[in-house]
Amino acid sequence: MTLPPPVLDWFAAQGWQPHPHQIALAGADCETLLIAPTGGGKTLAGFLRTLCDLQQPFAGLHTLYVSPLKALTHDIARNLARPVAGLGLDIRIEDRTGDTTATTRARQRVDPPHILLTTPESLALMLSYAEAPRIFGTLRRVVIDEIHALAESKRGDQLMLGLSRLRSLAPALTVTGLSATVENPAALATFMGGAQVLHADPGPAPDIAMLPVTAPPPWSGAGGQYAARDVMRAIEDARMTLVFINTRAQAELFYQALWDVNDRNLPIGLHHSSLSRDVRARAEAAMATGQLRAMVCTGSLDLGIDWGDVDLVLQVGAPKNVKRLVQRIGRANHQYNTPSRARIVPTNRFEVLECVAALQAVQEGKLDGDPRPAGGLDVLCQHILLIACAGPFCADALFGEITRAGPYAGVPRAEFEACLEFCATGGYALRAYDRWQRLVLRDGLWQLRDPRAARDIRMNIGTITAPETLKVRRKGRGGAPLGEVDESFATTLTPGDTFLIGGQTVRYDALREMVVEVTPQPARQPKIAVFGGLKMSTSTLLSDRVLALIGNPAQWGALPAATAQWLQLQADISHLPQPGTLTCETYSRGGRAYFCLYGFAGYNAHQTLGLLLTRRMEGAGLGPLGFVATDYAVLVWSLDAVTDPAPLLDPHGLRDGLDAWLADNAVMKRSFRAVATIAGLIQRNLPGKRKTGKQATFSSDILYDTLRKYDPDHLLLRITRDQAAHGLVDFGRIEQMLRDRPRIVHTICARVTPLAAPLMLEAGRVPIRGLGHERLLDEEAARMLADAGWHDGV
Amino acid sequence: MMGYDFSFAGASFTALPTGALWWPEQGALVVADLHLGKSARMARRGGGLLPPFDAEDTLHRLAQDVGATGAAQTILLGDTFDDDTAAGDVTCTPQWQKLQTMTQLVSICGNHDPAHGAVDLTLAGITLRHQAAPGCPPDISGHFHPKFKLAGRGHAAFLVGRQHLILPAFGTYTGGLDANSPVLTGLVGPGLAILTGRIARAVPYGRIRPAVRGNA
Repeated sequence: MTLPPPVLDWFAAQGWQPHPHQIALAGADCETLLIAPTGGGKTLAGFLRTLCDLQQPFAGLHTLYVSPLKALTHDIARNLARPVAGLGLDIRIEDRTGDTTATTRARQRVDPPHILLTTPESLALMLSYAEAPRIFGTLRRVVIDEIHALAESKRGDQLMLGLSRLRSLAPALTVTGLSATVENPAALATFMGGAQVLHADPGPAPDIAMLPVTAPPPWSGAGGQYAARDVMRAIEDARMTLVFINTRAQAELFYQALWDVNDRNLPIGLHHSSLSRDVRARAEAAMATGQLRAMVCTGSLDLGIDWGDVDLVLQVGAPKNVKRLVQRIGRANHQYNTPSRARIVPTNRFEVLECVAALQAVQEGKLDGDPRPAGGLDVLCQHILLIACAGPFCADALFGEITRAGPYAGVPRAEFEACLEFCATGGYALRAYDRWQRLVLRDGLWQLRDPRAARDIRMNIGTITAPETLKVRRKGRGGAPLGEVDESFATTLTPGDTFLIGGQTVRYDALREMVVEVTPQPARQPKIAVFGGLKMSTSTLLSDRVLALIGNPAQWGALPAATAQWLQLQADISHLPQPGTLTCETYSRGGRAYFCLYGFAGYNAHQTLGLLLTRRMEGAGLGPLGFVATDYAVLVWSLDAVTDPAPLLDPHGLRDGLDAWLADNAVMKRSFRAVATIAGLIQRNLPGKRKTGKQATFSSDILYDTLRKYDPDHLLLRITRDQAAHGLVDFGRIEQMLRDRPRIVHTICARVTPLAAPLMLEAGRVPIRGLGHERLLDEEAARMLADAGWHDGV
Repeated sequence: MMGYDFSFAGASFTALPTGALWWPEQGALVVADLHLGKSARMARRGGGLLPPFDAEDTLHRLAQDVGATGAAQTILLGDTFDDDTAAGDVTCTPQWQKLQTMTQLVSICGNHDPAHGAVDLTLAGITLRHQAAPGCPPDISGHFHPKFKLAGRGHAAFLVGRQHLILPAFGTYTGGLDANSPVLTGLVGPGLAILTGRIARAVPYGRIRPAVRGNA
């Protein structure tokens, strides 16, 4: 296709030449997936056809743009304004997100713009309105930005169900997916429901290396503070630097460490998802207008918002995943034809190994990624309820529609019926809500029994389930909001404790009406900064590369000297993990016995292994108290020490009782909570809607226990088990590990070994509520009674 | 039963690990906040269809305690039913009827079921009511669903002070209020918290922390 003359003229006026992939995409009349690196003019490519079409007058909604981030929709609206003005198009472009005012939403339902920019959740909400067929009936184009990121989660399932709905409502529709570089473009095209794949020129290879540091990384820890001065030098030498850090707590700590050495007082900002919206918006604005020299950020800035002139990306901490690293690198230098510059800063010696392995993988062009699981049935339940909000529906037609969504192409009719039954009656085997069904069948069409229920269902929209958070405010009347912390963190605070938020140390004063009140304490060292947050897992590809690197001293030349020395120390004191052997260690510390197994089977398999090991330790009377899993190892602590690991690791019968044991565990309960929220069994806690007293609400654990007792085959338990088997359990890799590495090397050590040290500080500990815990409860209760001078029977 | 024996207002009691209170001198089992029919009420209001086994489970556990203690009377301290409609439904179930043959059920009304039972009842100089009344003679009550955190985990708990004995919620679908929230520490004052679980455990309760007092 050749672009129409006005569009070509506009390009010429900008001094630009359209990229070949932009021209190809504008000419595509079928579903297309564009794979292009950051800076490849991806977004403009996605909209070119729309800009060409809208040269002619058009009535109604022409193009729907969906992105994973609200911030992206604002950004796009701004970027589109230029070509639209340049082409003299008389069209309306509006966004529609959770931030859009009620009046604007209401107007959009009556009079939609030509181009609507939105998120998967807002699209799902719009599709739940009775007006949806009229709003979307005229639609010609759907552009899905950052589709690779959406495909990684249940948000992608929800969006694809929505897309299938749109295809029913608007037969003239063509869908375009825009993606960063991925390992399997064909799988992503299938996810879209089928599409041709278009590759943009990948551009020059990135300039990527370890950041030279003056001191070796510490034995353990994940803060990276040791390298603050080195990072500061790098920031000083660059125009604009993005500093990526894996967790919010680490970002806070590193940000503070950076300011401590910011002798030149350079403007440096902080951005993570726990900060209040205002604080984030200010940081984003400062960056977009070039007022900042660096931004310390988490995954909250992973996606392609154009922040201007970034010429250096620093990754502090192990990248966990080669693909994500490559995408982050792409954030440096939005000039298409110059290489991106990135430097990696490991935060401890274990991470050095992962960073080296990741660099080697990037240089070899190896990307990681596991096949995407089929669409979640919990998301399907939510979709059915939302469709019911839009109006009565026919089960046959809806089934046909959902099987046209990529992730649900293979869903059996029986599973769909089970989801429908769950939505209608709760799906309980032994007792039904005959009078109080949620959906009822009238004249062959399913509909809400009580249309007023639509309000609650819409409130529950979305597939992101985050831990409950509490707002943090400065004490005093109208105190400024500073951000949010996880409720579990807030409950550990006692008045006087100090912690970091938004780059400042604050003192916890009180919890008032579910708001954490604090007073700034500028000069104080914070006690802790723990926000929880998502735990990223290292990919299988990286884990395998790390094990191979550790096990082969001939390769240690690629490592910094300190790391090589550390491994040497491990070899001297204990043993090095090797491919083919299963290395484990026993030591004691602080009155607890520790057992560390270097499984290199990935976080999820180690999590399961932790459950299985503790179960066997419980049986052996060792009093296991808890464990922590990482991508490389699992560490269990107990009252008594493991002396012979062989029976614990005996593959025979390992699977026996796995279900029963897993079923009773916190990991499953956490999964169930997410499933039950998405499927609409429990209402998510909305900000501002929470009751202050908690008598009224009760934990989803109770529902889980009740279901297991009275209806163990219930749909939601099946979904929980299936998702755990895929994500959290990963039992197959444990069996493979035991098969591939039959030789157990067990060392009893006097103290923590070099390799085990980082594990002692890992977050995400899973407590075991066994006899060991009962013993601890007795001890703690007795101690408290003794302290208080109480005696039994008082 | 692994209960915990204690005295309150001159009488002897056993706190059972299930959350029921056994009063041997009166041959009475006392439970609070059963919230029977909660799942049905939520369904009626068009919300999520919770597993409808809560009444069955609660009554099953109560019957076990009645059987184990041989209680001649069982005193229900209010919020027995999540609302009046639930009361109509639950009292028709075989579980409820079986319970009636095992023990004499004595109902006190609560804020959820104001039409079901007396406002209060006095036995041996102790008043039994739904919500503790400050400034009155000693009472045994429910309403607050206290929970106490020990070794990192919340347990439904009895709170025993000089004037007030507050029971944990017995119902399956009930949440809890932190025993250290000012409303409870202020009401009960220093005393004991007896935690439910595999066995009943007592810990000191309500040593007033300065910051808590400051905000109360």
